[in-house]
Amino acid sequence: MALPSLSDVAIVAVHNTRQARQIDEPEDSLMLGAFRAVMVEAGIGPADIDGISAHGWTSGINGSDVIAWLGGHPCWNGVHYPGIASVMEAAGAIMAGQCHTVLMGAAQSGAHRGRTHTAPWTRPENEFVACWGMFTPAHFALIARRHMALYGTPVEALAEVAAAIRSNGAVNPEAVFFGKPVTREDVLNSRMIADPFHLLDCAMTSEGGSAIVMTTRERARDMGGEPIYILAGALERMGQAYVEPPLWDRFGMMGARAAAGCFERAGLTPKDVDVCEFYDPFSFEIIRQLEAYGFCQPGEAAGFVLDGNIRIDGSLPVATNGGLMSFSHAGAVQNLQKVIAGVQQLRGLLPPQLTVKGAEVAMISNNGSGAVTCDVMLLGKTA
Amino acid sequence: MSYVSAPAEGRPLPVPTELSAPHWDGAREGRLMVQQCPVCEAYVFIPRRACPQCLAEPLEWVESSGKGTIYSYTIIHRPPHPAFEPPFCAAIIALEEGWHMLSNVVGTDPATIAVGQAVAVEFLDCGEVTLPVFRRVN
Ligand SMILES: [Zn+2]
Repeated sequence: MALPSLSDVAIVAVHNTRQARQIDEPEDSLMLGAFRAVMVEAGIGPADIDGISAHGWTSGINGSDVIAWLGGHPCWNGVHYPGIASVMEAAGAIMAGQCHTVLMGAAQSGAHRGRTHTAPWTRPENEFVACWGMFTPAHFALIARRHMALYGTPVEALAEVAAAIRSNGAVNPEAVFFGKPVTREDVLNSRMIADPFHLLDCAMTSEGGSAIVMTTRERARDMGGEPIYILAGALERMGQAYVEPPLWDRFGMMGARAAAGCFERAGLTPKDVDVCEFYDPFSFEIIRQLEAYGFCQPGEAAGFVLDGNIRIDGSLPVATNGGLMSFSHAGAVQNLQKVIAGVQQLRGLLPPQLTVKGAEVAMISNNGSGAVTCDVMLLGKTA
Repeated sequence: MSYVSAPAEGRPLPVPTELSAPHWDGAREGRLMVQQCPVCEAYVFIPRRACPQCLAEPLEWVESSGKGTIYSYTIIHRPPHPAFEPPFCAAIIALEEGWHMLSNVVGTDPATIAVGQAVAVEFLDCGEVTLPVFRRVN
């Protein structure tokens, strides 16, 4: 039997549940809702699925739980965290013939409670970190500040990134911050959190669920929806997050190796990318990624951004669904939502004013320099 | 304004491990201690079991001059913990031996801090632990 290659693996259905700052629905219910919707879109039932990848942030729901929900028939079970990592893991399982159709989901609810609603992952505890008053925005700020000192990157460029992405979410009815347009001035006038980051340079936390179905090109023909293909993907990890000093020299170009490898394997260059669903926990991360992935020379991304290129009507729209900043930033889910945004964009499923006409290739990324983790993936309408 | 020059009540303090104890013991004695590989002479921080360059162990503990420059910094206006009085400066210090650590720059108006400024270590007694912090020098 000939095994499928990566170009034979397709994402056939995607679904986001409602997203909100806080959701009271239990995670298992949220995830089941995402699974039901995505299976309807794919036109399949539990018996058609032979692979599971699932993660619930607060509840600890995992693949074994979901396999039981589906009746407990034999299934491959992925262990990677939802997002590019789990999609590439599932693609590998399909290519190896371990399974043919993977149901993948993530959900988070009930995580943000109490007076301050700060997410637990934003307060990493480490003996060489916590005692200095460090927290996640400060880690990313230390990366940004070094770039600003090296290249003269102005704060207006950071504000432009946040305004561009939040403007996308403002017109996406599914976004947490729908109806809340943001200008550069709004960003610069919002209160300072960790200089150079103002409040609106930072993604606020939210909750929600998401699911996708992956299968082979052959089976995708019999399912509903237009298949989107994985052209290339790569994980790039550089150690323990939020432990070592976030040095620009070490982590500033994170993702460069993964991106270069993806472009080489896909036979593409940055010029072939139509839309970028880049991970946007903080505004500066977009400037960093434009340089690390080869869209701009070092030090030139700020000017590129200030010229309006990453706006929805620009030459290289970024975070078109509103991203972490405006669509949703639900700890277990937002990485998978980047993949979903890419699929939705290539299938023309986003609202008309957020649809990039004729988009053929989308670049996706997960996580960032402050977290010393940066995964990238290229998706295409055609393999 | 304190600019984190004094320990505040309830500040999260490190709990030394067997691996890191020499660093914190040194700070209590007013010495900034860092690991160095006896084989390839690489400086290693944060503390590790073996050298990340050549995997040699055990690593030696040596004293740093405590002199360096501000590699990068952030002025924190919205602290993660009420014990920190904003605004204050968290920074990456590039030590002159060629290694880096996170710390605070104290005793300086945060608005005047810049990348590249010269700093020197001083020691902040926080009771159970002494923290190596940095102050600008001319
Ligand atoms: Zn060595």
